[in-house]
Amino acid sequence: MTAAWAYALAFYAAAAILVGGLAWRIADYWRTPAPLKIPTTPAPTTRGGVALRLAREVLLFESLFRSNLWIWLFGWLFHVGLALVLARHLRYFTEPVWGWVVFIQPFGILGGFLMAAGLAGLLARRLAVERIRYISTPSDILMLVLLLVITISGLVMKYVSPTDVVAVKVFFLGLLRFELHPLPAELHLRVHLALVAALMIVFPFSKLLHAPGIFFSPTRNQADDPRERRHLAPWAARLDREG
Amino acid sequence: MSTKVEAPPLRKYPVIPVLDIGAMSASKPYVASDKIQEAIGFPGELAPDWEAKAIAKMAELLGRYRSLKVYLDACVHCGACSDKCHYFIGTGDPKNMPVARQDLMRAVYRRHFTLAGRIAPKLVGARDFTPELLQDWYSYYHQCSECRRCSVFCPYGIDTAEITMAAREIMDAIGLGQKYSNEIIGKVHRIGNNLGLPGPALEDTLLGLEEDVKEDTGVDVRYPLDAKGAEVLLVTPSADFFAEPHVESLIGYGKVFHAAGVSWTLSSHASEAGNFGMFIGNYEQLRKIALRVREAALELGVKRIVVGECGHAWRVAYSFWNTLVGIGAGGDDPFAVELQNQLDHRYRQPTHICEFTWDLIERGALRLDPSANDHRIVTFHDSCNVARASRMGDFPGGQFEIPRAIIRAVANRFVEMAPETIREKTFCCGGGGGLLTDELLELRVKGALPRMEALQEIAERDGVNFMATICAICKAQFSKVLPYYGFKMSMVGGVHQLVSTAIRLGSND
Ligand code: SF4
Ligand code: SF4
Repeated sequence: MTAAWAYALAFYAAAAILVGGLAWRIADYWRTPAPLKIPTTPAPTTRGGVALRLAREVLLFESLFRSNLWIWLFGWLFHVGLALVLARHLRYFTEPVWGWVVFIQPFGILGGFLMAAGLAGLLARRLAVERIRYISTPSDILMLVLLLVITISGLVMKYVSPTDVVAVKVFFLGLLRFELHPLPAELHLRVHLALVAALMIVFPFSKLLHAPGIFFSPTRNQADDPRERRHLAPWAARLDREG
Repeated sequence: MSTKVEAPPLRKYPVIPVLDIGAMSASKPYVASDKIQEAIGFPGELAPDWEAKAIAKMAELLGRYRSLKVYLDACVHCGACSDKCHYFIGTGDPKNMPVARQDLMRAVYRRHFTLAGRIAPKLVGARDFTPELLQDWYSYYHQCSECRRCSVFCPYGIDTAEITMAAREIMDAIGLGQKYSNEIIGKVHRIGNNLGLPGPALEDTLLGLEEDVKEDTGVDVRYPLDAKGAEVLLVTPSADFFAEPHVESLIGYGKVFHAAGVSWTLSSHASEAGNFGMFIGNYEQLRKIALRVREAALELGVKRIVVGECGHAWRVAYSFWNTLVGIGAGGDDPFAVELQNQLDHRYRQPTHICEFTWDLIERGALRLDPSANDHRIVTFHDSCNVARASRMGDFPGGQFEIPRAIIRAVANRFVEMAPETIREKTFCCGGGGGLLTDELLELRVKGALPRMEALQEIAERDGVNFMATICAICKAQFSKVLPYYGFKMSMVGGVHQLVSTAIRLGSND
């Protein structure tokens, strides 16, 4: 049970850091004003239009599509795969499992392969394309490796050496109720879980902040209406009062 | 610049250049003297404790600008922007890739403001702010024209221009300013325009123009200065007053006002539409320069404010004036109210001269003879600040359609350049963002490469011999660099230069 203890603590800590860290970053973004109107034009002129623009960016990676088809393809496959996989994993945290989660189970498996393919493509580009190698830091490469190992260890559990998923589910449902249950001992499961916890911990301190960041990007989230509405940040309004 | 500047060869098939590390590390603009710096409130020289001051300034800006904070965090180093900058395309220097340019600041940000960079700097590319890094800042943050092409293509809209502006602001705050921009800002405060033309000189120039136009057309077109009670205040880049081909457009604006029967005036107090406060990223300067326009508008009692052909000036006017000084609508603070009560809100405030002219053309209020431009085969260069940082008319993309619509109305032969080089994907002329200075000529020539290639294609195929644009910097930059690529410098001109040629005035023609 020592291992179960360790994993339980790790996941509590990771969840706290993920949620707390993200909340802290998001609050920071929220509080920081955007003093000038800087949407990249042509831009929507209404809030509704902005919501659509953001939705296209988040769901379809519209700008990336116009920019570079290869990066778009690998990046998009990875993210769609990730979304499916995350949805599939909901079955470990819900009892009874929700209907739509049951329905998407097979797509979740497909998602695992999409993730692996996307990540491999991104890693290959990072190493092979001179420009992208030039801008890469060790952490960029490690991040891809981390995700790739998580993905592959997950696929191994599904196809090569299945683990006792029922026990895993009991463990995680237990965590939600603050109860401790044993955790199966297979190495690939342990690696999978440890790295997921690590990913949750680095999230708020790394470039993974692109996820909340896009919603706060003034070039994408501002409406193009500067002539119709006066846009004024609090610190800039102070200048006005001082004359 | 001791060696002779040569244009890079035009490429038949534009491939992404191989990296040429350090190719442009020696390209730096002249440093501002202590006099220039102090005149606009910056420290005169680099203090011994510059590093601490720079970090403190960065902390201040991170609290002021959401863009800076989010963009320094959010970049995933995907590389989508890496081949989008004209300076990278023209020079091959990897630090001219937008993401690498940002990383010069991101390295310092991570070192001083993030946990990972404090614990494991090597792992995340964090670096101390060394004198060498500061030199790289000075070099490469003056190889960005703040054109925002990269922001179009970034999946998060990361705008390197925002980073460049912040970097220049930090360098100014530690006493390392750029001579060209800061000297000009000083002139605006002292005299009222970037060129330092005093009121009497302006008056002379305008009288000269009236005579020229009279001689040409036989019509008394007025170019009024400081005329109280005029309907329209025209604010235009000061280059329009004397530089070629700029002045041709100024002549055109006057003819349009004349034909429309709208009374108008220029102002000696606000004889400059350009606002280099934006180039150095300094909000206070930006505002102080814009205030001159507000003061002039109140003083002259005008009902409308119209802006002449200038790219960054239109960005400042369209996107920022309302924020900065209340020229626009919707302000309810006492500061904005006085001006808004005076302006006529049936019209867009401010109005671009192209919007003004196009409204007249649409209403059939101008007599035009497009065949007068038949000796020209015209193309249109979208200026970056108009294309990616502003709008005209009532719908997104009006900034592309309206100038083109005018050109089609005043010229019979119009050809577009390649689609990946126009509209929001347009390439900067290579001289924007405060780089239009002689010591940066090599950079300017190389940065013009993608535009020159697109022009070459249609010059060969369609015989295009005139590139119209609506930016004073584009006009000056192209006049200078076109000859390096084997074109005539007179190939570039304004949209209102074409209007001026085609417009028919009075009854005696
Ligand atoms: S803003 Fe323009 S000049 Fe600056 S890095 Fe981006 S593309 Fe290059
Ligand atoms: S496209 Fe955006 S996220 Fe990608 S490297 Fe460039 S700035 Fe970073």
